[in-house]
Amino acid sequence: MSGSLLRRVRVAEVEQVAARIKRFRFVDIDNAPLSEFSGGSHISVVMHSGDRMMRNPYSLMGSPTDTSSYQISVLHCGKDSRGGSQFMHENVAVGTELEISEPLNLFPPAKLAKKHVLLAGGIGITPFMSMMNDLDSLRSDFELHYGVRSLEEGAYCKYLQSRYGSRVNIYRQDQGQMIPLQTILGEQRLGSHMYVCGPKPMIDWALQTAELLGWPDENVHYEQFSAPPSGTPFIVKLAKTGREIMVKGHQSILEALEENGVDAPFLCRGGACGQCETGVIACDGYIEHNDHFLSEAERVSGKKIMICMSRIQTGSITLDL
Amino acid sequence: MALIFKDETFRDDFTYTNSPATIRRFPFPFIEDQYRYSVNIEPHTPGPKGSVLEFPFDIDEHYVSEMRDRAMVLQDDPGRCQALPHMMTAQWDMLELVMVALARDYPDHFTLHRDGAHWHWINKPLKIDQKFVFGEVNSLPYEPMEYIGRQVQGDFSIQDQRDNQLWMDAGIITSQADWSLDFDVGMNFFEWHAPVPLAHEAGVFERALKFLLNLQIGKPVRRLNWTMTINPRLDTSPENYPKWGTDRTTVTPENVGKKVHLRVEMQGLFRLPRSNAILFSIRGYLMSLEQIVTVPKWGRRLPRVLKSLPQELVDYKGLSRYRQTAIDWLEKYDDGAPTTPGNGPD
Repeated sequence: MSGSLLRRVRVAEVEQVAARIKRFRFVDIDNAPLSEFSGGSHISVVMHSGDRMMRNPYSLMGSPTDTSSYQISVLHCGKDSRGGSQFMHENVAVGTELEISEPLNLFPPAKLAKKHVLLAGGIGITPFMSMMNDLDSLRSDFELHYGVRSLEEGAYCKYLQSRYGSRVNIYRQDQGQMIPLQTILGEQRLGSHMYVCGPKPMIDWALQTAELLGWPDENVHYEQFSAPPSGTPFIVKLAKTGREIMVKGHQSILEALEENGVDAPFLCRGGACGQCETGVIACDGYIEHNDHFLSEAERVSGKKIMICMSRIQTGSITLDL
Repeated sequence: MALIFKDETFRDDFTYTNSPATIRRFPFPFIEDQYRYSVNIEPHTPGPKGSVLEFPFDIDEHYVSEMRDRAMVLQDDPGRCQALPHMMTAQWDMLELVMVALARDYPDHFTLHRDGAHWHWINKPLKIDQKFVFGEVNSLPYEPMEYIGRQVQGDFSIQDQRDNQLWMDAGIITSQADWSLDFDVGMNFFEWHAPVPLAHEAGVFERALKFLLNLQIGKPVRRLNWTMTINPRLDTSPENYPKWGTDRTTVTPENVGKKVHLRVEMQGLFRLPRSNAILFSIRGYLMSLEQIVTVPKWGRRLPRVLKSLPQELVDYKGLSRYRQTAIDWLEKYDDGAPTTPGNGPD
């Protein structure tokens, strides 16, 4: 029941689209048509680097109706990277073969919205590429507010402006421009939905601003793919089999289980979808909940953990697996 | 192998009956002698050749007559087919999923040629030859869900996904076990399941919803559901209750074997790629008690299961008036021998 069908693809094109961003285009290894998808969907890309296996989620950016290829954009995260984005930038070239999952959508546009207000920061533009494609073909009312460090570092600025015209607003940090959130969110009519994707501080800022302005929770959407944070090593005990597995500092619990051949449930691997929710039977350390799924009450109870993202600081944790 | 389609009725003179080969492939829903409620969701992967699970959308000898009955229901009550305006993308998703599957799985009966958006669909059993432009509603005689829904066995609803909920925002429902699309359309997952007894308390619907919200493209799932129907009537809708409700009072020890039918629903759930909606297929199978007992294992097991049903379920499924009559008749076929595990014939 874990994971999703994997499909082998070949890299057909790599393009440097901004200072630290590369665009990759994948085709099926046998040139079979790929699944269509809905705006806001992502895939996970499986990467083998040495003896490490990583699966990172990336938003699909191309046209959802183009079944000949998929496109993703990857930001080189530099020293903060756990290795996924670095691997994509340094080890993947035209002709490289990779495995990807089928598309999954955890960031769909609300079909009944009167208007869609899209807020993107940096690489957070990627899910909006396919979403705008869908909204445009459905003739839905939308506007994009896109913050970039500079035009050199911001991907697809020219393309978006030429395709969507005045619906696209770009704000350049190097010129002191900031997204005027207070004004944008303060002036929308009833029935508008807002969507934000970008660095965590930007998401927090947008969610807080929306809350202060009285936006209903149901009209506020965000997506954040953060890599599982690193930490100190600890022990996971599996209650059903009695096995004990060491989770290394750079690994998530899920990755450590997979490395040891344990079939655990997962889907998004970003703490958003809820598929990997696992019962905690005992824990002698402090759980760092890094997901976006569990409620505050569930976290306080200490009875559940999302094994794709969360870890404990030291000691051991016994899981219902 | 080409199917031979029967000419039969599901109303008035009720000439519907299963051929011996169709009896053998009936999806008998009980895997043990005791009734037990479970969510019983499993991957909708291809089953054994010839079984109802061989293909995602099963076509059998009743196809042509069932489609004729559906057309009659829609003629009398167009409200059995409804789609809210934001479901058009999902309607096209459904049309593609069904056409591609039927043309691939039943090439003797269905053909699909695709040249970009220009599609050519041939349905030989129903004598349909249609060229249309995918995505252009005006190129078909009906909206896409109704167009293909009139050509595939089973009822269908389409669920929109938003706010971490599923909403029944479209459907073509003409052979339902006493529920109404007209009443349920626009409801969410908890609302339309509200009448189901026992399961809410067990947390079944929270778990099922959470599972379905993450349903993936290319990984459909299925489950079996069942009830009983008097006479092989497809349209047992609340709208037509006056026409069939009183049938329940007509069951006697003499006619119970012929009149009482086990009604099994093979339910499939498919993630639709463009719309991110979920297609729910409800493929119904009807078989009289008389035909069920031709398989000795089922004849032994069915009375045992009926005896073990909780009263809430007996009432919910509408069996109260005739359950005992059915058990008394069926027990003639239960010699007390043990049954083998699993649901298939021995």
